[in-house]
Amino acid sequence: MGSIVNVILQRLGLGILVLFAVSLIIFLGVELLPGDLCQAIQGQAATESTVAACRRDLGLDQAAPVRYIHWLGNIAQGDFGTSLANGRKISELISVRLGNTFFLAAVAAVIAVPLSLALGILAALYRNSWFDRSINILTLSSISFPEFFVAYILILIFSVKLAWFPSLADVSPDTPFFERLHKVFLPALTLTLVVMAHMMRMTRAAIINLMASPYIEMAKFKGLSRAHIIMHHALPNAWAPIVNVVALNLAYLIVGVVIVEVVFVYPGLGQLIVDSVQKRDIPVVQACSIIFAATYVLLNLTADILSIATNPRLLHPR
Amino acid sequence: MTNLPQLEAELRAGTLSRRDFLKAAALFGLSAAAPSILLGTSAYAAEPQKGGHLKIGTGHGSTTDSLDPATYENNCMQSIGKTIHNYLTQVGADGKLGPELAESWEASDGAKKWVFKLRQGVEFHNGQKMTAKDVVASLKHHSGADSKSGAKVIVDTFADMQADGDHTVIITLKDGNADLPYQVSDFHLAIMPANADGKVDAKSGIGCGYYKLKNFEPGVKSSVEKFANHWNAGAVHLDSAEFITIADVTARVNALTTGEIDAADRMDVKTLHLLARNKNVRVIETSGNAHYSMPMRCDTDPYKNPDVRLALKYAVDRNAMLETVLRGHGYIGNDHPIGRANRYLDNNLPQRAYDPDKAKSLLKKAGAEGLKVQLSTSDAAFAGAVDAAVLYKEHAAKAGINVEIIREPSDGYWSNVWMKKPFCFCYWGGRPTEDWAFSTAYAADAEWNDTVWKNDKFNKLLVEARAELDEPKRAAMYAEMQMILSDDGGAIIPIFNNYIGAVTNKVGTPEVIANDWDLDGQRAVLRWWKVA
Repeated sequence: MGSIVNVILQRLGLGILVLFAVSLIIFLGVELLPGDLCQAIQGQAATESTVAACRRDLGLDQAAPVRYIHWLGNIAQGDFGTSLANGRKISELISVRLGNTFFLAAVAAVIAVPLSLALGILAALYRNSWFDRSINILTLSSISFPEFFVAYILILIFSVKLAWFPSLADVSPDTPFFERLHKVFLPALTLTLVVMAHMMRMTRAAIINLMASPYIEMAKFKGLSRAHIIMHHALPNAWAPIVNVVALNLAYLIVGVVIVEVVFVYPGLGQLIVDSVQKRDIPVVQACSIIFAATYVLLNLTADILSIATNPRLLHPR
Repeated sequence: MTNLPQLEAELRAGTLSRRDFLKAAALFGLSAAAPSILLGTSAYAAEPQKGGHLKIGTGHGSTTDSLDPATYENNCMQSIGKTIHNYLTQVGADGKLGPELAESWEASDGAKKWVFKLRQGVEFHNGQKMTAKDVVASLKHHSGADSKSGAKVIVDTFADMQADGDHTVIITLKDGNADLPYQVSDFHLAIMPANADGKVDAKSGIGCGYYKLKNFEPGVKSSVEKFANHWNAGAVHLDSAEFITIADVTARVNALTTGEIDAADRMDVKTLHLLARNKNVRVIETSGNAHYSMPMRCDTDPYKNPDVRLALKYAVDRNAMLETVLRGHGYIGNDHPIGRANRYLDNNLPQRAYDPDKAKSLLKKAGAEGLKVQLSTSDAAFAGAVDAAVLYKEHAAKAGINVEIIREPSDGYWSNVWMKKPFCFCYWGGRPTEDWAFSTAYAADAEWNDTVWKNDKFNKLLVEARAELDEPKRAAMYAEMQMILSDDGGAIIPIFNNYIGAVTNKVGTPEVIANDWDLDGQRAVLRWWKVA
């Protein structure tokens, strides 16, 4: 077990380094964008004097490295600072939206992960049958369409024609749990359709890959049923690639849903980061990016640990 | 005996008011055949009903919005502002200026000194009584070197401002300005309660408007509820209202057709004919002062030469652009920014037509045959600006002009392209007064003089007309200025775009819809009602 703890600590340390690098890259990236916050806020209405006043007010007249170091120091103390654009606390700005983003991702994951694993296993079990083929066609088509198109089709069917679910997922902090579930159902379904193919295909491929190994052959000769072989002999060894793909898709559900948020008017983090980039609200962009980067690091860490824990060969490397 | 087409023509020409048109048309029993510019304004004008909750979906609103009126820059915040705040004056649905917090006003000394008499017994949402001190503090909020306010240009013209007793405000201007009562109706200039130190707490959202702010989540939604102690509480119908930011136009239409919202602004002209088929939805369209422009920098070759500018103006087929870019939902411009919601639009100024031969001969005169120009464009200027550029290239080619289109990134368009590139696209929301429109973008010293056009006669007339209190004289001056700008100015103004919103059948609207902004002059919550 000691080795696992070591691995975790090592990965966490690397993760913090990655986050530091990300903060630097993001800062430089935002600096390179044309225009600045004051011009972006005032848009066409900007005049030289109002822009200058705005810059003085927000400390944007200081040099970039000074601002970066100042910000990093605050972050280390858990203070994300205030939004340059509207003067609100970033932690306050982010917390509700982060909660919304996690909620939507969770609902989508609860539908998508078991569904794709089950379908993947079934597809492997009935390989090359009509079932396998139709599942492949369906999931591959849904991943091939752009997200907004899938979303519009679902809205047309379930919201406009059938009127079962609302087309606006405008949840607020005081929305009761079941109403919230009802409101996020269509966005969650859209995301499910988008991420399912990847996980389903990986499950299927991993299992089929193993089915050619000698120990599976052995199990067959013992006279075990195909279903039993897949569930008890193939699947435990297939976890590593599956878990990695699941982690990747979970990360996507958290950081890559801005289009779905826009179509369903869902107040998540994606919309906040897009608005903030457009308005050059650097502290908010950085805070969001740090959160996104942390999500990736943590999920990948979890995936690594799970694949090591489920695979003795990785747990005790020679 | 007049007939409907003639009435329509008169209406379009502006010699007939919209109200008179409706009256006359009703005589013929023709209200159902009302022309498109009146769409939605004549039908459904039943008796207003009291109570109810109105949900408005707006295409604007961002997570970076703030409640400080000085920072209002989009339709969502401006609409919220007009709901929770009152202003000294207000522009009515008929385009006429009326009193709000100021009961009356009077000018003297060549429109240099203005005395505003304030309404008594006005209460703020926090219970404080409104006095002249609050008005002075609220207007001062926009002045000073550190002001980021869009209304800075207005308050900077004040030489002095004094409270005379509790209910009189005296404003002394640096130069005469007959339009000051119009300018103080600007959405930035909300009247807020003053603190003991003579400053206002602008971010509190406390005003003396018909509704008080209940909840504010920028970029998501904001809700307001009726303020029972408002001095004129009986004038509004709704109990409460909500503004929901729905940036995606398709999402906005979906929400409207499924009844999740009651009203929406900025409908897509490309799918409007399909939306109009929906029996539960009513399109509300008005023609105002909003327009698209193509500024040329008059300090840069070849645009220094007025003949070249005029040739480029003759080289655009305005009707084709109107049909293609706006699907006919607008009207053609005459290379000046004065539109149908202005008082002194000169309808006698001949409409400039598409004339490639004339453009050719002008270029010959200027010695610029085979002219090549670079036109910068991006959909950041307005939706369809790239299409408009391609159209213009085709139109201009017939006049022997070679237009090279440069697609600029949308991000940073207003800081890196507009006012910098010699020939590009721009849009204007329009201004309620001629003086405002001219001094914002066409006066020699205007900060947004995007054409860098400096015409002495125009600038002289601008100052004279501003202080002129005699209406016919003023109208004549503004007519002359429209002509100068149209013939000599640096901007091609090809088309004016309509304000297009939509409501469900659950919403009642008055007979006349304002044409100065989206959503009934951004006062939908104050003017519309719910039908049970």
